[in-house]
Amino acid sequence: MHPAVFIPIAARQPPSPALGAWPWIRRHFFDGLANSLLTLLVLALLVVALPPLLNWALVHAVVQADNAACRAAEGVGACWGVVAEKGRLILFGRYPYEEQWRPLIASALLVLLLIVSCLRRVWRPALAWAWVGVFTVFYGLMKGDLAGLTAVDTERWGGLPLTLLLSSVSLVVAFPLAILLALGRQSQLPAIRTLCVIFIEFVRGVPLISVLFMVSFILPLLMPQGAKIDVLVRVLIGMTLFTAAYLAEVIRGGLQALPKGQMEAAHSLGLGYWQIQRKIVLPQALRLVVPAIVNTFIGAFKDTSLVTIVSLYDLTGALQLALGDADWRKFFIEGQLFVAAIYFIACLAMSRYSQWLEGHLNTGTRRQ
Amino acid sequence: MSITPPAPNTPAVIEFSKVNKWFADFHVLRDIDLSVARGERIVICGPSGSGKSTLIRCINRLEEHQTGCLKVEGVELSDDVQAIESVRRQVGMVFQQFNLFPHLTVLDNLTLAPMWVGKLPKAQAEERAMQQLRRVRIAEQAHKYPLQLSGGQQQRVAIARALCLTPKIMLFDEPTSALDPEMINEVLEVMVELASQGITMVCVTHEMGFARQVADRVIFMDEGQIVEQNTAAAFFDHPQNERTQDFLSKILAH
Repeated sequence: MHPAVFIPIAARQPPSPALGAWPWIRRHFFDGLANSLLTLLVLALLVVALPPLLNWALVHAVVQADNAACRAAEGVGACWGVVAEKGRLILFGRYPYEEQWRPLIASALLVLLLIVSCLRRVWRPALAWAWVGVFTVFYGLMKGDLAGLTAVDTERWGGLPLTLLLSSVSLVVAFPLAILLALGRQSQLPAIRTLCVIFIEFVRGVPLISVLFMVSFILPLLMPQGAKIDVLVRVLIGMTLFTAAYLAEVIRGGLQALPKGQMEAAHSLGLGYWQIQRKIVLPQALRLVVPAIVNTFIGAFKDTSLVTIVSLYDLTGALQLALGDADWRKFFIEGQLFVAAIYFIACLAMSRYSQWLEGHLNTGTRRQ
Repeated sequence: MSITPPAPNTPAVIEFSKVNKWFADFHVLRDIDLSVARGERIVICGPSGSGKSTLIRCINRLEEHQTGCLKVEGVELSDDVQAIESVRRQVGMVFQQFNLFPHLTVLDNLTLAPMWVGKLPKAQAEERAMQQLRRVRIAEQAHKYPLQLSGGQQQRVAIARALCLTPKIMLFDEPTSALDPEMINEVLEVMVELASQGITMVCVTHEMGFARQVADRVIFMDEGQIVEQNTAAAFFDHPQNERTQDFLSKILAH
């Protein structure tokens, strides 16, 4: 029985879920036996663990830098006094105490530019110059010996500014380098391809510590007699090359995921190699691997703590310096928590940014 | 729509002589001799794997031929990158899978090559792009992204994109094969209109109605060879070769 005339059925609203607090709780926490048991288990764990933790961290904690009070509260309350007492040493390392406004301003500039660089509308060639500028100002401020500033040797740089410098240089410089390496690995030219493969496989195949040592010892051999490269520069080069090798493989993954037709269409329009990479390939390939890129960045950021092996005191190194004081050595857990919190905040920011960026960049590339 | 055939004795704009190509051991193009005159409209058909796509992809060097000589607009195609890019600037191509750039709006898809290859200022490139979008009747979608459009609309955008460089030759590689049936006609209409405007066209397609309507010459390929070629009417009404007869009986049966 098919009627000859099409009779449309009017569109209706979908059935609405039950509203209110109790249905919501039931849906999320007591949805079936297994889920209910899990909810109860987690609640029990919280009841057991939370009060003592809060007692230690907050209720019985000593906040002021009072060594005697800290010792009295030992085992009962946390001694945040170690942060109050040693905070500046942890944050700025062995940088001269009365000059510490310089690393403060330098770090603030660096962080500011890092934040600004996250915005898509500033992604243009001028950004590279902004980085060159800020790195120059950072170096000038920290190193001194100009405009009436006293000279501070790079060996005395430390703490958070050092961590920030190491990670931002190794990310900012490694990123373009990694793009070139990834493109080189896909190149039609055998010499370039082989060179890139050897570099990537070699650097990726050894621990960062080995790379740091090798750069520290091999680089001076390559320099003319008598020329000395600053240990900081050597470390920066080592970390940058290491990060670039990892990042290159991540980016290659994105390049390979691109449908072949994109290249063919670009070729058929007469675009040249670099135009195709810049306008067609990289914008699509990079957005595919944003999570993996940020993952590599987070790893590189935490790996900066390995520079203590060549006697640079980054944030974790400066903490060890601070805990060298016998009076406060006992309270290393609080010190570690303080440093961990700084790392955690930075990594969380990167992770959230990555998620935001993914959504933001997907405009148009998914069927809506 | 009546379509005038090109004047006889016009010089060849595409010239294959004894062109051969292999994919590893597979001999995909075998001694291809083919000459296309300016303004000529050619349809190439044949069973899958017969080498027809490879043949037209050689014309803008998306595929390299290994032996023989291939000249396009007087330029011999070789490893010379400059020569290849100069040929590609004069040859537009439309693909089966559209191959629009998904991260760019429709308008940006169209202005990219004119701005970067043709060195046109932005305003002029956009003006030309809008003109081409109107030509394929899709100007109102200029600011959307390709994946927000239907397949037929995407293919019309792809045609407009190829036209933005004002090519002398247009290549179509099965332009309607990936489309839903109800969208095939909107693309064919645009192609018919294009054919009536005197541009040299080489189309790989199985749309025999289109071939009959616009083609000056229909070429049948099988196993890497040109088996038969003739005017559209003669090709369909009196196919000579048994392979051609067999192929036509299969695709025209329903």
